[in-house]
Amino acid sequence: MSRTTLLYALPAAAILLIPLVTQNPYLLHMLVLVLMWVILGQSWNLLGGYTGQVSFGHAAFFGIGAYTTGILVKLGLSPAAAWWGLLLGGLAAMVVASVIGWICFRLRGPYFALSVLALAEVLRLVALNWKQLTNGAEGILFIPAFTSKAAYYYIVLAIAVASFLAIRGVMRSRLGSYFLAIREDQDCAESLGIDTTRYKLYSLLVSAFFTGVAGSFYMNYMGFIDPGIVFNIENISIMMILVVMLGGAGTMWGPAVGAVIYILMSEVFRVWVKRGHLVFFGVLIIIIIIWFPNGIVGTLNDWRARRKAQSAPSPEGA
Amino acid sequence: MSGQVSGQLELLLQTLISGLLLGGLYSLIGLGMSLIMGVMKIINLAHGELMMIAMYVTFWCFTLAGMDPYVSVLIAFPLLFILGAAIQKFLIAPVMEVESILPENQVLLTVGIGLVLSNLALLAFSADYRSVPVSYASKAIYWDVSVGGQSLSLSFSVPMMVAFGIALVLGASLFLFLARTDLGRMIRATAQDKRAAALMGINTKRITYVTFGLGSALVGAAGSLLVPVYYVFPQIGGPFTLKAFIITVLGGMGNIPGAVLGGVVLGLAEALGSVYVSLGYKDAIGFVIFVLVLIFLPKGILGKGSA
Repeated sequence: MSRTTLLYALPAAAILLIPLVTQNPYLLHMLVLVLMWVILGQSWNLLGGYTGQVSFGHAAFFGIGAYTTGILVKLGLSPAAAWWGLLLGGLAAMVVASVIGWICFRLRGPYFALSVLALAEVLRLVALNWKQLTNGAEGILFIPAFTSKAAYYYIVLAIAVASFLAIRGVMRSRLGSYFLAIREDQDCAESLGIDTTRYKLYSLLVSAFFTGVAGSFYMNYMGFIDPGIVFNIENISIMMILVVMLGGAGTMWGPAVGAVIYILMSEVFRVWVKRGHLVFFGVLIIIIIIWFPNGIVGTLNDWRARRKAQSAPSPEGA
Repeated sequence: MSGQVSGQLELLLQTLISGLLLGGLYSLIGLGMSLIMGVMKIINLAHGELMMIAMYVTFWCFTLAGMDPYVSVLIAFPLLFILGAAIQKFLIAPVMEVESILPENQVLLTVGIGLVLSNLALLAFSADYRSVPVSYASKAIYWDVSVGGQSLSLSFSVPMMVAFGIALVLGASLFLFLARTDLGRMIRATAQDKRAAALMGINTKRITYVTFGLGSALVGAAGSLLVPVYYVFPQIGGPFTLKAFIITVLGGMGNIPGAVLGGVVLGLAEALGSVYVSLGYKDAIGFVIFVLVLIFLPKGILGKGSA
């Protein structure tokens, strides 16, 4: 076995074996949350980090995924909701995304970023007021299909790996180059014949799909949703941005690094200060933007590149 | 039959009146946002949170010193000016020079600032809804008119009228300031073309401080004016940031007269929507109009914004 395969195989095996080693429900719960945030971070990163289309309202897609499953449960399809809900939640998010994307991506500027923010707010109002469908503020409650956390750990791990591979696949394909071109210079991309409106939409669709799947998983796992939880701007939309920026926007491993740190920190803050713990995340966002705009992975990459350039002999020769 | 018709007419006129009065306040909020957007080309997502701060200033001025909310505009306005200018000088301006992958760095920064402000308020003042018990909170002036031989009785809420009047004065002063003073001309020049303005010897950096301060002060004044008729709580900012953005898009981004129009349109739409559609969906109506404007008039109602 070569050294690089070993480098990947060992952590992979460790991740797979965790539930066999420990049955501690708190630890497994934390890991499930980390993996869910890995999915969310990756989805946001594809659209924001790689395609340059910042969204302030990804809670819209998360909530749609969660409510798709929730409504299936309400219709009495409890066991089916656990499985079909995951797929349908993603698809429902895609449908809504295609409408908002079609309207906003024809325009440049902050229209898209804020339309999604407004969309999340409107969907929250709909979920609050359309009581026959959503139970309104009461929320939807059901008994999760599995009692063991290990089952959910493996499910969310599978989704996280699938989304990672899918997004890496997209970024290695021609599509990925189009996304980067749009991020770097939209005029230039257009002059090269890239239909920017269409490719921005494609990026959004993939992003919304995995966000919706994650939302649906959240419903399956927690067994309870209400409009204020899943359509939350601060706790979902902004934290998704934080996770990506913390780890490094436009990097493959950034969202994963960000998710681990985010969950750790939010647990510490939750225990430490009960109310208003988001203040720390606000300060963190400010610090990252001012001093580490490329996040942890991005900063490490820059640093490695600089060191390489320094150690390489200068082209003029001595 | 005629009683029913006059009842309907009365309801419609009454709704239009309250929508218009609310629209005056919305215009003030939109003016601040539009000014910042015009000069700095960024959306200030902490706009509503700045308003929330001003509302707490007003609340504490009343609770601790018994100061009337309309008088505390005189405190909230300069205070928010300083706060806004400081945010621009120490946080946003330095980021303008930072290289990063994400294109909307300064906007993201305002998100962080908003998060800090709203959660600091949560820590300091708890999540309680507070209100200022002024004597005139529910006072109204009644006006009896006869339309087509039917007599109608219309009510004008006193606090909303006063708020509308002050908003009008502030809006007019802003226009005079921008049109007639040197500083106002410098702001307009910077909004039009930053490089050219700098070449003409304008300190554009300082202009951005003034602009951000002024935008914050305007939304701060709107916050003070809202206190007698609204609740104060830490999370009030978010929805108002959204409203401010909808107003500026309706009026055309960075278009100052457009912001006034956008504010009035949003006020009317919300009032009509809450009466004729549903109270629960009141806040969704602005969004529907916003989407329609995006599809059909992306440069705003006046067609002069930059799309």
